[in-house]
Amino acid sequence: MADTRKTDTRNIALGKFGEDVIANFLQQRDVQILERNWRIKEGEIDIVALYPNGTIAFVEVKTRSSLAFGQPLEGISPIKMARLQRLSLAWRACHSRRWRSFQIDCAGVLIDKNGSHIIEYRANVS
Amino acid sequence: MSLGQSLSIALVGLTGHVVNVEVDIADGLPGYTLLGLPDTALTESRDRIRSALVNSGEVWPNKKVIVSLSPAWMHKSGSGFDLPIAISLLLASGVIPSERSSEIVYIGELALDGRIRSVRGVLPSLIAAYKNGIRSAVVPLANFGEAALMSEMVVVPMPDIATLLHWLRTGERAQVRKLELEVDEEDDSLDFSDVAGQDGARFAAEVSAVGGHHLLLIGPPGAGKTMIAQRLPGILPPLSREESLEVTALHSIAGGLSIRSPLSTCAPFISPHHTATRVAMVGGGSHQIRPGACSLAHRGVLFIDEAPECGVGVLDSLRQPLESGSITIARSVGSVAYPAQFILILAANPCPCGMFSGRGRNCTCSSHQVRRYLSKLSGPLMDRIDLRVEVEPLGRVQLMHNELGTSSAQIRQRVMNARSFATRRFINESWTLNAQIPSRALRTVYQPEAKAMNFLHSELDKEHISARGLHKIMRTAWSIADLSQHPKPTLEDTQRAFALREGVGI
Repeated sequence: MADTRKTDTRNIALGKFGEDVIANFLQQRDVQILERNWRIKEGEIDIVALYPNGTIAFVEVKTRSSLAFGQPLEGISPIKMARLQRLSLAWRACHSRRWRSFQIDCAGVLIDKNGSHIIEYRANVS
Repeated sequence: MSLGQSLSIALVGLTGHVVNVEVDIADGLPGYTLLGLPDTALTESRDRIRSALVNSGEVWPNKKVIVSLSPAWMHKSGSGFDLPIAISLLLASGVIPSERSSEIVYIGELALDGRIRSVRGVLPSLIAAYKNGIRSAVVPLANFGEAALMSEMVVVPMPDIATLLHWLRTGERAQVRKLELEVDEEDDSLDFSDVAGQDGARFAAEVSAVGGHHLLLIGPPGAGKTMIAQRLPGILPPLSREESLEVTALHSIAGGLSIRSPLSTCAPFISPHHTATRVAMVGGGSHQIRPGACSLAHRGVLFIDEAPECGVGVLDSLRQPLESGSITIARSVGSVAYPAQFILILAANPCPCGMFSGRGRNCTCSSHQVRRYLSKLSGPLMDRIDLRVEVEPLGRVQLMHNELGTSSAQIRQRVMNARSFATRRFINESWTLNAQIPSRALRTVYQPEAKAMNFLHSELDKEHISARGLHKIMRTAWSIADLSQHPKPTLEDTQRAFALREGVGI
């Protein structure tokens, strides 16, 4: 595993890019971004967003640069979903304000070589 | 539309139930949920279907796929649902038109490259579909042999999923030729003319074939017991279409159609080894209840060599099917009835060393061993066996005899003549074979000649035979009478029947 660090940096950059893409995508649709990369010991929520109707969405973003390992959304395993569920509870515990409702969204970003990207956005999964 | 639906069949024993295979493609994370009590092979369908579709150039939906097999309460098993699930999925994706695929039953397992593989139980599934008013079906090409027996239905054999989809989209497909019932070639190899001498055993086999009587052959090793038993199917009349369908359906469920041609009209011959378990003999299994040897021998011959060597209770487990012609197997998953109407042939050595015959000079067993050996065949079982003959070791006179014995074809002709004689007699009755005449009918309508009855009654008075034995002898006497075209069993017919049952002293 000689170039682990190199791959890691690349993957972090890729993930960051995908999260930026989704953040933009949400803002264009009048969704307010409350928080990015909210992190505690147990893990991280990529995006916490507030819909115009008052719903809070916890968004998991998965970015891939090829289809060699399948669609981006397929990379979100049931284990990851369960962790996101727990993290969302932690976030709510940390924010005492009363919200209208909560949901979990998943977004897949596929980037091809010339830099263009395809977004798949699934609202209220789980 | 993101809903798709197609039809398939779930088998419980020989009975099939129509299953609605519904697929919903919903928003959500990509995933695959299978509902409706699937077993392990069925749960694994996801990976087979996915690879098969992708490798056939179709698109797997990047969404949440929910598959429901309804009625949901029924246990479903086997890989035959791969094909209907794949079709429902493509219908849900909207990539194939729905008008042609409705009212078709789909059966088949998918290979990873998209080929459609054969499955068990295609024929009984199609029979069930037909009874439920479905008139067309898609089956694996490898199963077309048995599927073609359902000539009332439009059966489309398909080699792979790409060909199937091409047909569903365009309506174009290759013509398939009709298959006809055939007589197996293999029965030529086993001919009765090979059996030297053994007139007694030959006659017993012929009587057995005429009336469906069970047969016990006792003799030393090498005398020809197995030879005679193997040649019995060759002298049984060919199976009718209905019988052939029944037999093929049973063999299809057991997965035995690789050895037996599905279109064969030859009576089956099943010879389980004497180490067979009770479950192997009568059928069973914890998830799926499969037919055992006695059901595979339905309409044919069940031959058990070295019968006294069978495990405790194995032979006696055959008593119920011998009596009722069917076997009901109950397990926690349910209870299933399989037909089991067969001619039982038991072969046994006279003693553990096998030499206690003729003058018995070479026998090394103690008298106690000799007595114990055949007593392993229980009384109630022996009571159901009408014909018991000794197969004597051949002397040089018989072996030097150059002329061949009567051929199977000739004997079969005699058997068929005798059976047609019996069929005319039983035209208004619920049974067709002499061995099946109920005792009440024997006492009233089907009595032998007066002289023969006097003989039987005197034997009864001397306590040589029981009341049940008397009825058994009367049934055999009818078969002997049919062979000689006597309108009623004569004294001689009855005495021969008596000798066939009581001749061997056990």
